[in-house]
Amino acid sequence: MTWNWNYVVESLPAIFQGMWITLGLTIACYLFAMLFGFVWTFVRRIPWRPLQMVVAFIMEFIRSTPPLVQLFFLYYAWPMVPYVGLTLDPITVAIIGLGVHFSTYIAEIYRSGIESIDKGQWEAATALNLSLKDKWTKIILPQAIPPTIPMLGNYLIIMFKEVPLTSTIGVAGMLHMANNFGSKNFAYLEPLTLVALFFLVMSYPTAVLFRKLEQKMNRRFDKSNPTGKIDKGVVT
Amino acid sequence: MKGINITITVLIASAILSYLVAFIAGFGRLSNNIFIRKFTGFYVEVFRGTSLIVQLFWFYYALPGLFDIHLASDFWAAVIAIAMNYGAYMSEIVRGSILSVAKGQREAATALNMSRFQRMRLVILPQAVRMMLPEFGNYLIQMLKATSLVSLVGLTDILYHGDIFRSTHLSLAPTVYILILVFYFILALPLIWLTRWAEKQSSKGVASE
Repeated sequence: MTWNWNYVVESLPAIFQGMWITLGLTIACYLFAMLFGFVWTFVRRIPWRPLQMVVAFIMEFIRSTPPLVQLFFLYYAWPMVPYVGLTLDPITVAIIGLGVHFSTYIAEIYRSGIESIDKGQWEAATALNLSLKDKWTKIILPQAIPPTIPMLGNYLIIMFKEVPLTSTIGVAGMLHMANNFGSKNFAYLEPLTLVALFFLVMSYPTAVLFRKLEQKMNRRFDKSNPTGKIDKGVVT
Repeated sequence: MKGINITITVLIASAILSYLVAFIAGFGRLSNNIFIRKFTGFYVEVFRGTSLIVQLFWFYYALPGLFDIHLASDFWAAVIAIAMNYGAYMSEIVRGSILSVAKGQREAATALNMSRFQRMRLVILPQAVRMMLPEFGNYLIQMLKATSLVSLVGLTDILYHGDIFRSTHLSLAPTVYILILVFYFILALPLIWLTRWAEKQSSKGVASE
């Protein structure tokens, strides 16, 4: 079996169709993770020790177990859980499963952003008699959010690369389409290579973009490194 | 739950191989030879830019067709895919840590008339490796999670056996998957502790600017 250009052209439409689903799903999962990340961060800030410990444990558990198993759990096992079980369609499972998995990572980013704010800022806000709402929306968040943007961007790329996991529960993304197409014609080489290429073409420019953004952010927020350049020198 | 040995073997094999790949690629990117530098740069970007599961399928289905390379067995196809993927990620850490060893150290070593190789082996690396450890630990946990993917290319790991069991005992599905999750968590726990310990150790005895 060798490379066949005609077959490449044939398989393109199917993969292209899958691409939109992959992209849409990435964005949906990402938004869900961003929102759910807020929930984790908020709950962890409730000053009650037992609750904090339980939440920390749950987050650690979700983070250190494979997302694939979590997806399977949601898809195959959730409908049979007594009382709260529901049957979910694959897309919903994908959004919830990957969303919750990555929300634990994103919550850490939020937390690091909030904790990076100088204590003096909190005290100044209190001294100015700002309300709780003003304190957060006018003082803390405007300083906490921008430095986390490059990190959040990296997670968008990571998530994009995890979305093909959902093909295992039948979401018709790029990988799923390629596998289907491959099994129909007994030739996996071209469709799978195309999928890999598509991923590369989409994730590499985004990664470069976020790297640029990171340098820009460093220049703005890191006073010890005013040029914001990352040392890329060669060891001599 | 018979698959646990497969999970652990895949983890250990791919961990060792990926550290090897990481060091080779990390040094490659710091090489003076522009071709080696560009080539490893290309490798790293390709493997970081595509997702692991796609690579896994590619190694499994496409590679034998394209170059007529048969990677000995399913086991090695999976291990090589995981190792190449995480090796690419970790090579960035190797590179970053080596570069972040203070410049003065390098200059001092040159002043002591050490050869290039001695400088790397005796001065730079012992400091750089300490900095790499916590990140390596994090990636080890990531790799543990990645081993669950090998069930998709037919390796009989925990998840594979769990799936088989579920298909015969449908009503037990929640228990099966929760057990699998707990298994992974128990496997991950020592790695989490190891990483925390490494984080504490990493800053000791490193000269930084």
